[in-house]
Amino acid sequence: MMNLETAKHPENLKRVVLEPLTRVEGHGKITLLVDDDNHVQQARLHIVEFRGFEKFIQGRPFWEIPVMVQRLCGICPVSHHLAAAKAVDMLVGARTLTPTAENLRVMLHLGQTLQSHALHFFHLSSPDLLFGFEDEITHRNILGVIADHPDIGLQGVRLRKYGQEVIRHISGKRVHGTASLPGGMNKPLTNHSRTVLLADIDQIIQWSQAAVKLAKKVYLSNPDFHQRFGYLETNMLSLIRDDGALDLYHGGLRAKDAQGQTIFDHIDYCEYQKYIQEEVKSWSYMKFPFIISKGTAEGWYRVGPLARVNNCDFITTPLAEATRQEFKFHAGGNFIHASLAYHWARMIEMLYSAERIKELLLDDVTMGEDLMAYGEKCQEGIGVVEAPRGTLFHHYQIDENDLVVKANLIVSTTNNNQAMNETVRQVAVNYLDGRSLTEGLLNHLEVAVRAYDPCLSCATHALGKMPLSVEMVNSRGDVVDSIVRSATGEIKRSG
Amino acid sequence: MSQPSTITIDGQTVPFQEGQTIMEAALAANIYIPHLCYQRDLTPDGSCRLCTVTVNGRNTSACNTKAMAGQQVLNNTQELQDIRQTLTRMLFVEGDHICPGCTKTGNCQLQAVAYYVGMLSSHYHHFYSYRKIDASHPDYFIDFNRCILCELCVRASRDVDHKNVFGLSGRGRKTHLVINSPSGELADTDFAVGDKAAFICPVGAILRKRTRYTTPIGERLYDLQPINVVGDAQQIHAGAKRHGNQN
Repeated sequence: MMNLETAKHPENLKRVVLEPLTRVEGHGKITLLVDDDNHVQQARLHIVEFRGFEKFIQGRPFWEIPVMVQRLCGICPVSHHLAAAKAVDMLVGARTLTPTAENLRVMLHLGQTLQSHALHFFHLSSPDLLFGFEDEITHRNILGVIADHPDIGLQGVRLRKYGQEVIRHISGKRVHGTASLPGGMNKPLTNHSRTVLLADIDQIIQWSQAAVKLAKKVYLSNPDFHQRFGYLETNMLSLIRDDGALDLYHGGLRAKDAQGQTIFDHIDYCEYQKYIQEEVKSWSYMKFPFIISKGTAEGWYRVGPLARVNNCDFITTPLAEATRQEFKFHAGGNFIHASLAYHWARMIEMLYSAERIKELLLDDVTMGEDLMAYGEKCQEGIGVVEAPRGTLFHHYQIDENDLVVKANLIVSTTNNNQAMNETVRQVAVNYLDGRSLTEGLLNHLEVAVRAYDPCLSCATHALGKMPLSVEMVNSRGDVVDSIVRSATGEIKRSG
Repeated sequence: MSQPSTITIDGQTVPFQEGQTIMEAALAANIYIPHLCYQRDLTPDGSCRLCTVTVNGRNTSACNTKAMAGQQVLNNTQELQDIRQTLTRMLFVEGDHICPGCTKTGNCQLQAVAYYVGMLSSHYHHFYSYRKIDASHPDYFIDFNRCILCELCVRASRDVDHKNVFGLSGRGRKTHLVINSPSGELADTDFAVGDKAAFICPVGAILRKRTRYTTPIGERLYDLQPINVVGDAQQIHAGAKRHGNQN
């Protein structure tokens, strides 16, 4: 593929801006530079938010961090809470938690993964997948899904609700609760909570199985298109359990190249800086991480469900493992690189989360009351978890008075930055190049970004009705084409 | 035997003893008058003005106005609640009172009063003042950004602990809490865990280190009942039950 990151002569090109991106978490935009024949010369995904958490937690006491940084996001606050909690565990010397605290943390994390994956698949992406990328925009949303497929739409809503209930029972609130303390958890799970959650879990597992089938069916319904759309051969990075099993809460770092060959494996994530660096580019607020040994050009990678399901050797729960084997079988045992396969992998993880939650609920260790571990305090802590969107790094240093002096966060979406950009370029070239722009065609770009389920660092959610204005300007600066989508979803064209 | 002296608060007859303030008489009768700088065992300060009540037609602070027979006191009126809401909003914007990230949330008297007076937003522009935290002490840290200048710690340290660790300096809007030590840091004082001043702060300004968020959501002081039922935040010190919770 030609390099479309930076056009050679941008001064004479038309600029098409897709802003804001819809049905993703947070704010982003896509810019295209096209020539007078509508051939794409440059395509970029920009993250236009600036959050500044790394700066303003400096000077705060370390025990505030897990609760404070979860405010980064309203979709996956638990991931930030737990990554920070693991880092803070290190600060207080609690390298090993009590078994009960460990179980509660894992269950909290799985509840979040379940609700986040359900939200993304059903609320945000299923309208594209079920109705087509160019379906009428007023119909292409979760309300359209509920109207046309009430069983599917409502299952999505209820799956998400269940995940949030797991979070509430452990942390006190569905969003932004408190649970982790430095070295443990602040309350045991009550028998009432266990009973309530067990009552629904079999239904949740059943619906999750149906969701995997649906994602697979959609993917295989038009295999040529779905495999080709946003296809990239990339490295894959994820956490991995000691025995190679999928693990979303803890493990070592595993990176494999596009052919599935190991780049590094079972690396202590505290040494992540020896293996991963971040590149800064002048046109984006978001950094571009890469694997040091492969360099900036070849070292970028993908994270998240696709990377995790590709990377792991097996899944510990039986139903999810069976679906993983189907997934691997489809590609003859090789990595699947199609961006739209993210959805399939995501649903496999949702099934795993549901099954594992049931196991943890049935495990008497989860019901224990020994919640705190202690150790020798130190001044540097690193925590890594697999957030729903991918590998999430939190790294803190404190001074002798317990105040944070340095913080570094590499969030999941940052890891996918280059991959999302490359996907946008691939889709722009294959589907938009040389054509007159329509809302449906532009939605192809959004579908490409949406596959990664990017969390553009905040809790703003748009369900396809955010105002959108796209203008095409020729080399003389004249507007030759424009489309405006109002807040009500109405499309108007002028020019 | 003579009849006890009485006042009325919002029409309810309330007895009082000679020398009691309106606040003391009200509390004895289980009537809540909002307050932040008042504490039963300490000399009233009258600085927060949240206990403003109307006595025989004139506004005054209940914590340092003596009860006198026949006073007609208005407490729970919309006009007074509006005044208290304005005062509470000003306290919020003057400091760094971002409840979601504060370790005192759920146990904070300022937060609870804000709920009680119906404050739904800060309304005024925030000052965004930045004051450096004093974390020099091994067991406590002081977040000056959250100090509301109630002087409870000043009075407790001076009058109960007899250490005189805290004081106020500056005038007007530049008034600020200071530590009475050569370096100005808490570590250079004899401030200790058992001091009354260590657990009297009604907000999140004086906090025990490393013992935060220990009380789960749903079990915190003001999760269960509002402040007009539960009372002051300092009470939970006695009720602390989990993981050495002190606040």
